[in-house]
Amino acid sequence: MQALVIVAHGSHLNPGSSEPTFAHADTIRETGAFDEVREAFWKEEPHFREALRTVAANDVYVVPLFISEGYFTEEVIPRELRLEGWDVEDWDSGDGVSASHATYAAADVEKDVHYVGPAGTHDAMSDVIVRRAESVTGDPEVGDGFGLAVVGHGTNRNEHSARAIEYHADRIEAMDRFDEVQALFMDEEPEVDDVTDYFESDDVVVVPLFVADGYHTQEDIPEDMGLTDDYREGWETPATVEGQQIWYAGAVGTEPLMADVLLERAADAGADVGDAVEQVREQTRVSAPTADD
Amino acid sequence: MDDALVDALLVAADDGGVDCDGLVVRTDETGYVFAAGDDRHHGVGESDVREYAARHSEFLENWQFWTSETPPGDDRVAFLRWIEGAESRPLHDRLDRLADGVEATWGQLHVTASLAADESSDRGMGLHRRYTLRHVDDVRGEEADGNDAVDPADLDDHSDPLDARELSKQDDRGRYRPLKTAPTLQRGWRFPDLDPSALVRAIECFYPATIPNWHREREGNLDVDHWRDTAERQTGIYDVVEELPPEAVEWVAEACCVDSQCTKRREWQYDDDHDLDADGGDGEYPCREPCSLVVAAARKWTILEGESDRTYEFELTASEKNQLEELIDAVADGRVDEIREADVGDGANRYRARYLRAKRFDEEGNLCSVPTIDDEE
Repeated sequence: MQALVIVAHGSHLNPGSSEPTFAHADTIRETGAFDEVREAFWKEEPHFREALRTVAANDVYVVPLFISEGYFTEEVIPRELRLEGWDVEDWDSGDGVSASHATYAAADVEKDVHYVGPAGTHDAMSDVIVRRAESVTGDPEVGDGFGLAVVGHGTNRNEHSARAIEYHADRIEAMDRFDEVQALFMDEEPEVDDVTDYFESDDVVVVPLFVADGYHTQEDIPEDMGLTDDYREGWETPATVEGQQIWYAGAVGTEPLMADVLLERAADAGADVGDAVEQVREQTRVSAPTADD
Repeated sequence: MDDALVDALLVAADDGGVDCDGLVVRTDETGYVFAAGDDRHHGVGESDVREYAARHSEFLENWQFWTSETPPGDDRVAFLRWIEGAESRPLHDRLDRLADGVEATWGQLHVTASLAADESSDRGMGLHRRYTLRHVDDVRGEEADGNDAVDPADLDDHSDPLDARELSKQDDRGRYRPLKTAPTLQRGWRFPDLDPSALVRAIECFYPATIPNWHREREGNLDVDHWRDTAERQTGIYDVVEELPPEAVEWVAEACCVDSQCTKRREWQYDDDHDLDADGGDGEYPCREPCSLVVAAARKWTILEGESDRTYEFELTASEKNQLEELIDAVADGRVDEIREADVGDGANRYRARYLRAKRFDEEGNLCSVPTIDDEE
C-alpha cells in the first residue's frame, strides 16, 4: 500500500486556508493512484505531529504544499514528523529551488516515509502559474500581447522565497509565451505596488505565488496595486490601473492543476501513480470560450 | 452455506490459521482443529470441517466481515470492534444486539451499528455491519431550551464521509472551529448508512487522529509528550513558550483543556515528574501533547507573563466589583450570547456593561480614570 500525505500550513483564524489542500487531495484521491490520501497541518488537525499515524500504508509520500524551501520544509515539518536522520543535504538543493526527495524512518511509526521538496519549487509549478493566467483570462492561449507578473513575499521572511519567484519567472520567460515576464515582491524591489512601471503591455496578468487566499492575496496586494481602494468592496478583473489592464489571479495554490505538482513530487520520489498525472492535467484544463460566450 | 466461503476458510486455516470471535480453524499434525464457540473438534478431515462450517455459518460470515470488509489498520479494526463490544461479549450475544442496533458515543458523535440485508445472497440477512452517524444531541434531543426529540426527517442526510470536513468546519452559529475536538460540533446532519470504511473515514474527518491515539493507549504505547517536551521543541516565534512558568502551565490547562473546552482527555502533564492539578477530563480518546492552539495561546501568555505586577487603586461599589467578575465569568464560560436583552439582573448584560463603562471609564478608556502603568515607566 502507498499513501500520500499533503502537509500544509492551515490556520487558526481563516477557515479558507485549508480549502486548496482539501481540493487537491480530492483531485488526487479521484485518480485512485494512492490507497490513502490524507491532509495534515501546522495549525489544524491532524497536526504534522500525528500525520503519519493517520495512514495504514507502509509507504508514505509526504508532500509539503508550501511555496518555498526553508524554515517549514527544512526544519518544522521533518522535526514534527520525527524523521530519523533528516538532513537537508539529502535533498541536494544548494540553491533553494532544487529540492528532491529522501526516504526516512519515523520515530513513532514503522513506515518508510518519502519526504519530498515543496510543491512551490517543482518545475511543474511554472506550468501552474501559466495555467493560472489562462484561467483568470479564460483564454487557454493567453500570452501574446500580455505581460505576466509572478508575485512573492520577498526575502524579509525567508531567504529562499524570492529565489522561487525568480526561478519560475525565468522559466516562464524562457517559454517565450508572454511578451514580458517579471518577478515582483511585497516587501522589496521590484515592488508589486509599482506593477505598471514594470510592464509596457496593455494587459498584465498578476499571479501571486501563495498557497491559499488570505490577508496578503485578498487584502494587501489588491490595494497595493491600486485595483481597489478598499478590498472589502472588491475589484474588477481586469481592473484598469494607469491605463493598463491588470488581470489579478489570486493565490496560485487554488489552481486545480496544483494537484499535478503534488502528484509529480510523489512520482519523482518513487510513487507509482500510473496515468494520474495525465488524468489530472486533462481534467483541470482551461477550455476555450465557446462562440456563445 | 456458501462453498466459496468455506473454501476461503480452509485456505486461511492452512495459511496461518483463523482465530476470530470464537471461530478457530487451523491445522496441526493430527489434521484440522475446528472450534466455533463451544463446539470443538480436533484431528478432523476437510469434509468434517465443511460439515461443521455449515452448522456455524454465522461464525464464518462474521469472520468474512472482519477479514474482507473492514478498512486496513489495526486501530481502525479495533475501533469497529469496540463499537459493538466485541471484546466483552460472545458472538451470538453481539449479533442479537446488532439486530436491534448497538450504540456508541465518540466525543459528540453517536454511532449506531446494525446488520444489513445481504443483497447478493438469497439467505436474507448477512453479517454485514452498517452504521448510522449523528450528533449525539440529535439522538438524545437535548437542546439548550429543553426541547427534546429530534425528528430524523429534519436532519440533512449525507453519504460521502468527506462531507464531515465541511460539517466540522463551523459551529451552529457559523463560527470557524480551529479545534476539531472542541465540544461545538454543529448539529442537524446524519450519515444514515455508512459501511465500515466510510464510518471510520467520517470519524477521522470529524476528530482527526483520535482513533490511532485511542488504540495506542489501549495497547499501552501512547507516546505522550508532556508540556516541557513540546515547549522545548518549539522554534521560531514559538521558541519563547518554554519560558512560561510552571504555575502558568497549570492555568493554561485549566483554561483550554478541560471537558467544557475539548472532548479529548488530557494525558500530558508538566513533565514526567510533575503532574498538573487541572482536570484532564473524561473523554473517550486521549490528548497526547499540547495542541497547536495551546502552543499559540501559550506564546501570548508567555509574553504577558513577562510583565510585572502593579498596584492600582480603583473606586468601585461592591456591586461594580461583582459585576466585573461576572463579566469575566460570562466571557470565560461562553455565556454572553445567552444573556437576554433586558435581563439587567445579570452583570454581564449589555446594558449593564454599557452603564458601567459610561460611569467608570474616562475618555481614554481607563477604568476609574486610573492610567495603565507600562513596564517602561
